[in-house]
Amino acid sequence: MTATDVDPAARARDVIGVSTLDDAALRRYLHGLPGVDEVGADARAAGLATRSIKTTAKAWALDLAIRVIDLTTLEGADTHGAIRNLCAKARRPDPTDPTCPSVAAVCVYNDLVPVAVEALKGSGVKVAAVATAFPSGRASMAVKLADTADAVNAGADEIDMVIDRGAFLAGRYLEVYEQIVAIREACAHGRPEGGAAHLKVILETGELGTYDNVRRAAWLAMLAGGDVVKTSTGKISPAATLPVTLILLEAVRDWWTATGAVVGVKPAGGIRTAKDAVRHLVLVNETAGPDWLDPDRFRIGASSLLNDVLLQRRRMAIGAYAGPDHLTPAL
Amino acid sequence: MPGFEYAPAPESRDVVDVRGSYGLYVGGEFVDGGAGSLKTVNPATEEVLAEVAVASADDVDRAVRAARKAYEKTWSRLPGAERAKYLFRIARIVQERARELAVLETLDNGKPIKESRDVDVPLVAAHFFYHAGWADKLEWAGLPGRAPGATPRPHGVVGQVIPWNFPLLMLAWKVAPALATGNTVVLKPAETTPLTALLFAEICEQAGLPPGVVNIVTGAGETGAALVRHPGVDKIAFTGSTDVGRQIAKTLAGTRVKATLELGGKAANIVFDDAALDQAVEGIVNGIFFNQGHVCCAGSRLLVQESVAEEVVTRLQRRLTTLRVGDPMDKNTDVGAVNSRAQLERITELADSGDAEGAHRWTAPCELPDQGFWFAPTVFTDVAPAHRIAREEIFGPVLSVMTFRTPDEALTKANTTPYGLSAGIWTEKGSRILWMADRLRAGVVWANTFNRFDPTSPFGGYKESGYGREGGRHGLAAYVKEA
Repeated sequence: MTATDVDPAARARDVIGVSTLDDAALRRYLHGLPGVDEVGADARAAGLATRSIKTTAKAWALDLAIRVIDLTTLEGADTHGAIRNLCAKARRPDPTDPTCPSVAAVCVYNDLVPVAVEALKGSGVKVAAVATAFPSGRASMAVKLADTADAVNAGADEIDMVIDRGAFLAGRYLEVYEQIVAIREACAHGRPEGGAAHLKVILETGELGTYDNVRRAAWLAMLAGGDVVKTSTGKISPAATLPVTLILLEAVRDWWTATGAVVGVKPAGGIRTAKDAVRHLVLVNETAGPDWLDPDRFRIGASSLLNDVLLQRRRMAIGAYAGPDHLTPAL
Repeated sequence: MPGFEYAPAPESRDVVDVRGSYGLYVGGEFVDGGAGSLKTVNPATEEVLAEVAVASADDVDRAVRAARKAYEKTWSRLPGAERAKYLFRIARIVQERARELAVLETLDNGKPIKESRDVDVPLVAAHFFYHAGWADKLEWAGLPGRAPGATPRPHGVVGQVIPWNFPLLMLAWKVAPALATGNTVVLKPAETTPLTALLFAEICEQAGLPPGVVNIVTGAGETGAALVRHPGVDKIAFTGSTDVGRQIAKTLAGTRVKATLELGGKAANIVFDDAALDQAVEGIVNGIFFNQGHVCCAGSRLLVQESVAEEVVTRLQRRLTTLRVGDPMDKNTDVGAVNSRAQLERITELADSGDAEGAHRWTAPCELPDQGFWFAPTVFTDVAPAHRIAREEIFGPVLSVMTFRTPDEALTKANTTPYGLSAGIWTEKGSRILWMADRLRAGVVWANTFNRFDPTSPFGGYKESGYGREGGRHGLAAYVKEA
């Protein structure tokens, strides 16, 4: 699904069943979605976390975990050299093992997009840029659009935008919706290779307060045409948790049932161990279903996770843990 | 690239030492039984696990006399704080030997190891801890009819007969409050699941419990009947079928013997159109497919508001296709084996009656093992309240779906049953939960959850689901004499 295939406004009006989208219509619709019982959602996520993934299943899951990673660095101290190192690791996470897959994407701030594009040329690894005054999103729409255009013009394949949580919590749903639509439009133009950049919508679930709000924000992002719903910036705690990922997976599953359109899910922040990653994959498998076990539909935003997965992967191959000195540094 | 196929993750059975044969536990010793033996099998494989002695009426008499002696010589003379020490010790040993108990329970019962490990055994320990805490505070437990500070007196010797669906947990529900209040017990486990009770006897020895305080007599119905009609027993506590409960009530009618009976159920799980649907679906699954539906309080009747009925059933069926049915020792198994051939036949017969009476059967797609006793998770729609599958307790993984239009109609349908053990309400509207809970004739009403158990919460039934409560202060009251 790319940004140019559908007119999100027409589809949103159709899904909601109104002729004009406004705050009232969006509120009625989003608040009419089935609620999320917090105790029950936590219990379901905890139950799935007890799945015991061993031997062949574990080997398969570890490789998939690598293939869905958006290898991320979002630090003020990032340099061109650090980005080039990260890109080399993204291409060949384990230089000693040619069977080790590449990660899905490298995720950086948008001024570093040209460096990443250059370093990843021909690798198939995508370049994602955080835009729209990441992480707070507190800037005028003109700045957010310019920010996005910058990244797209520099060749970013994917844009990770943040929603305006202030507007969302104040009930100004139309404003949030329109911003997403506008950024989506900006993703569709100016890309050197043509086509539209893929739009991930960061809900920053740690600031939304309730699971009901997480579900509503996810539906709002899907109504506005987001290609992926993403939990967090990684700058706010809590970031990705199993129950929040569960709720997003339920949302994309129900959206697919309602519209036939595929939306991806990306938990980001706080997933540091292979065990955590495999638990998320179990959640995907048993919630949205096996079709979502694919980098086109599911990503994990992470940095230190990759080395833990590589450590476990090597242990499965050689039967013992390699020392940390046998891995390339996380950055 | 193949899909995400979970590789087998079997729990090891090496942690438990299953002996070839087991005797009765009477007066602190393992002794032979006078009525031969019975074989207990692993229902998932039909493998014979062990031969277990069958207690004759004479054996039951010896056990009751051992319990009487222990009651008079030691247990009734111990201060509550001393009784508490034994209970705390048992609780800790249960935790230390949790894996062993869980594996043995799964082997003998057929329930998934995930469940015996994460639900049954932790609850067993919790029941002993909870009642240990009460043992020296009974004067202040606020038991009915007593002034604060007055010491409640135990009945004496308690006969206890428990079912096969939660063998060790039902033992804990019975033994912990009895000992905490100063009674001694003779307990008869179910004939198909005696092994964890016999391992519990070893735990009593390990805890240094005085001989005769806990006696375990294994056997089938006749052994239980001998215990129930034994004149030396002061109180009977029974969990099991309504038919057997009725026989016990007849036997005890007109005698001085007190009884608590926890019997069958046909619980309504009521889903309103404003419910949190994803969690309601989880609750429906947990309500009827937990423990293969071998749960007296199972949510076997789904009452769903007509406006969301289709959506709920669709979501439920989609969810059920992800249930993993099979080897109970696999840590990823969600639904295990039916406990016995007899139970499988009963479930099959009742499900067939659903077809015959015009309900529509849907079966979860799953491969069932060749050996053992299995029944795939099943959902009946188009069920009328007059159908047998809507009225009779199936005690298996079979859900009957009915619809309603208004809260009044839901209430009427939920209450129209001779049973009254439990009910569930799913709605995001708090006032409706309270309105329904006030009017449902059921001993336990769960709101936005189902099949949650806690030692602090009294559990028991209305009408043909029995009388008396287990757990909480109400449960304690059943084990002391009336003021």
